[in-house]
Formats: sequence, structure tokens, C-alpha cells
Amino acid sequence: MPDATGLELLAHELGDTVLETVYFRERATLVIDPPTIRGTLAHLRGRGYTFLASVHGVDHYPEEPRLSVVYELLDMNRVDRVTVKLRVPTDAPVVQSVTADTPEGAGWPTANHQEREVYDMFGVVFEGHPDLRRILLPEDYEGHPQRRDFPIGGEPVIFTLDEANWLESRA
Amino acid sequence: MSTTPTESSGLSAYRRREQSITLSPLDEQLGGAETTDELLTLNFGPHHPATHGVLRLLVTLQGEIVRDVKPVIGYVHTGIEKTAEDKAYWKVIPIVERMDYLAYYFNAMAYVGAVEKLVEVEVPKRAQYLRVIHLELNRIASHLIWLGTSALDLGASSIFLYCLRERELILDLFEMSSGARMHTRYFQVGGVIEDIPSGFEPKLREFLKIMPKRADEYGAILNSNEILLQRLRGTCPLDADTLLSLGVSGPLLRAAGNPWDLRKADPYSSYDDFQFKIPVGTIGDNYDRFAVRLAEIYESVKIIEQALDGLPEGPHITEDRKVALPPRHELATSMEALIHHFKLVTEGFRVPPGEVYNPIESPRGELACYVRSDGSSKPARVHMRDPSFVNLQALSHMVEGSYIADMIATIAMLDPILGGIDR
Repeated sequence: MPDATGLELLAHELGDTVLETVYFRERATLVIDPPTIRGTLAHLRGRGYTFLASVHGVDHYPEEPRLSVVYELLDMNRVDRVTVKLRVPTDAPVVQSVTADTPEGAGWPTANHQEREVYDMFGVVFEGHPDLRRILLPEDYEGHPQRRDFPIGGEPVIFTLDEANWLESRA
Repeated sequence: MSTTPTESSGLSAYRRREQSITLSPLDEQLGGAETTDELLTLNFGPHHPATHGVLRLLVTLQGEIVRDVKPVIGYVHTGIEKTAEDKAYWKVIPIVERMDYLAYYFNAMAYVGAVEKLVEVEVPKRAQYLRVIHLELNRIASHLIWLGTSALDLGASSIFLYCLRERELILDLFEMSSGARMHTRYFQVGGVIEDIPSGFEPKLREFLKIMPKRADEYGAILNSNEILLQRLRGTCPLDADTLLSLGVSGPLLRAAGNPWDLRKADPYSSYDDFQFKIPVGTIGDNYDRFAVRLAEIYESVKIIEQALDGLPEGPHITEDRKVALPPRHELATSMEALIHHFKLVTEGFRVPPGEVYNPIESPRGELACYVRSDGSSKPARVHMRDPSFVNLQALSHMVEGSYIADMIATIAMLDPILGGIDR
């Protein structure tokens, strides 16, 4: 991890695109302006963070803006990690995809499955993703279940109706 | 004079009918078009013995050559991450263990490590060593299942039984230390649930004596199996740079010559106390992937031996009663212990708000757990970066342009665990 000073230096390099820096439990996080994600990751790649380890989706309910996408970058030579985080509201959950190559920088092919997962679970739309479909849930599934306001506690499955009919016929 | 009716050509009716059969009816139907250019999309799985679980692949074939592979996953998605949000921190451990069902200690380790970072709890040295022993035993068990099932796919069936025989010894050890053979819930926040019982050490030493010999045997059997070697050598290689851009880590990356191993690079749980090597391959073909994993079994044995020899005395779980259950005998005498026990079991412990990311080296690569806490006693978000999920993206890059039979070998060497992919 870059230490707290290193994190501020990185933030200084990136200028106004960084909204906030968080240094918590030896984990350095840059909170950035969502439209600048491609440029930010490209810049960090130039600083040695060449491995995109993971992409997480998070719902900060009830805080606004609710959704966030977290990118975990890793520099394998210095064994150094930095986290990039951006937040988008639920009424316009659009983020630029970093999967494919763009004029802002080379792509991160590893983000393909992970962005699809975030889309599937949180409904964040990744603009420019080559194949943005649901990945873990069925294609006709409604809603994005990892959102914190998604109702839990049972959903109709294929045999629910049959069971109801069967019980009715027995009554 | 012959009894069979013959004609002027001297051939029987049967022979003439036989000769009239064309062996390529497709050619005729297509009016002599070049059939090798035809693309065929084949559904492969989800219920297919060679997919190592419920993995479905849409394979586009040109003759026998694979042109495109699209994995379709989610058949065993059980919403574990969502379930975790509704449970107290320590009650999440048994459900995250059920993700990658061959590497359950690793799932638990990634999760409890993340919670320990959030709570800032110190794990006693003895607990760290006990964790290492169980993690490495689990790595061997996972590699044994991989080796057995992979060899089965490649036509060497007896090795499967041998591998399960040794895995049984490991499961017996797990049963001794925790009471369960799989999904043991042995790792707790702050340490391990119980110290190892008295008979554990001699039994483990016996296993450590047996295992390298048996691994030698596996190597001897498989390395002299011509069919297996031909199916592995030089098939479906992928270079380290492409693997890195695809986010691939673990034995697949090491097979391509990149010695990246979090146990060495970023040691956790006292891995820096032990001496071991990182097996690497050279060109990253299927044989290298096989050889790297087989060599890792020996290194795991070495680590366990050192951990067992140097096992420090001391508590097996943190003394911090706010996160760890008090010992059973204290409940009868101490009111405070009773209160702590009641609070932990009913509500669980509260965790300071914040986010952490805890990566560890699982048998398949970087397994990481992201935990976000909002200050309550339940995690606000648990996300597992499962190596199988990420590594699966490399499959199409590996197999494009190779034979479909090589794809079977590559899936086996990829070692995907669908419980971890779908979560």
C-alpha cells in the first residue's frame, strides 16, 4: 500500500479528478469523479499499477449517491495496492466501462466478467462494455438483488404456482 | 459353382450395395461445398463430466478446431453474498466457506482476515501457525481432487482413486481438529475455534511422511503415460502478459513463468516464517500447469512440516472477549464471561465502519474478500474476488485455434470450481 503521504502525492498528480482520499487500515483509496475513471486508471497504470485485481459493486444505502464501483489495482513489482472508487446515484447509474481499449487508454480485459457482475447485481450500466449482459442470474430476472432495498425473503419459483394449484385441488 | 448370385462384374449384390454407400453424406447435401469452412455452434454442458461442475460453454467449431468459446455461468448461484449481509459477522463464516467447496479453509481465511483488519484484532502466533497447517493441508486436498479428476478426463482413470485415498487422510485430520470433514468452520475471527487434539500431531506426521512418496508415484505414473503427455505437452499455451491483462493469478500464471505468489510477495498469517519455493513453468502450456500444481504439493508438505516443528505455545484464539467466545469453563464461574457469551451469540460484535480488501493465495490464485462495514454487527457488503471467476475469462484465449480435445485438457488444467464462480 502507498502510505498516507504517497496517497496524497498520487491524488495531487491526478488533480481535480480526485474528490477525496481515504486512508483506512493501511488501505489507500482515491475517490474520483465518475466520468474520469478511464483516464485515472490509465494514469495509475503508468505509475506501475498494471494489474486490475478486482472490481466490486457496493450499495451505500441510505447514503447518497448510493451505488459505488471499487477498482482494486496492484503493482506487482513493488507489491503495492491502491483502490479507486467512484459513486453514482441510482437514477443515473452509468459508468464508463474500462474493459475495451479506448482513446483514453488501453483496456483492462479482466474487467469484462467483473463489470457484468456489478451490472447484474447492482444495475450499474457500463458504457462501452463489449457484452453487457447478466452473468450470474437468468437473463429474464427482474431487479438487481444486491441493492440493499431489494426485498428479501422469498420469490416465486417455477413450482410455486403448481404447488398452490395442487393445494387448492386438495382443499 | 457359387451359391451366391453374381453378375457380370463378379461382385455380389451385397458388395455392390456396400460400395454405393458414401461415407460423407454431408458433402452431398451441401452440393460439394467446402464443409471445413462451415461453423458449428455446439452447446457443451452444463451437465457434462468434463466441465468440472455445472459450467456451460457455447463452443463455435470449424471442423474440429475451436474458434470461439463463450462460458455461460450462474447455474449454482445461491446468493451467498446477499445472505452474508443478513448475518452477524461470525455467522457469515460457514456460508462463505461454501463458495469454493474444495478450498473452504481459504474462503474462511479471506473473510476472517478482512474482519480482523476491520476490528484490528491481533491473532496469536499459535493460531496463525494452526491456520497455515490447515490451509496447506487444504491446498493439498484441493490439488488432489484437481489431479484425480483431470487425469480422469485425460484417460488415466486409476489415479483418481489414488488421489481420493490420500485426500481421505487429510479429511480425517480435519475431522480430528474440528469435527467436520468439509466446511469445518475451524477459522474464527481472532484465531481458530479449538486447539488441535492430542492425537493430531502424530497422525499429521504420518501423513507428511506418506504424501511426498505418493506424489512421487503420481508423477511416475502420469509422466510415463504417453497419452496424457501428448494431450498436455504444447497444448493451449498462453503467455504471462496476456494472463496478467486478463487478471489471471495462481498456478496458471506461475506456469507461464511469473513467480507471483501472495504467500511470498505479501505474507499473511506468518507465511514469512517458512522456507519454501515457488514452482514455476516456462511456456505456460497445459503440461506446465500440471507440473506446477504437482510440485506445489511437495512445497505445501514442507510448509506444514516447518509449521508443526515450530508450533509456538500459547492461546489458539485472541483473548479479546469482544470478538471471541469465552472458554467454556469460564461460563460457570464468571458473570462477565456469561454476558460476553450472550452478547456474541445473540447480537455478535460491532465492527468500526470502513472498507477493507484482504487478498490471500488460494489453490487457484488470488482469493480476496472485500468487506464494508457500516458500524453495525452485520456486514454491509461482502464481496469475494474468486480466482475461478476471473480465470475463466482466459479459457477462450487459451483454446481458440486448437482442437476440441485440447479444450477438454485445458478446462481440466484451468481447474475451475463452479461453486466459487457462481457463489
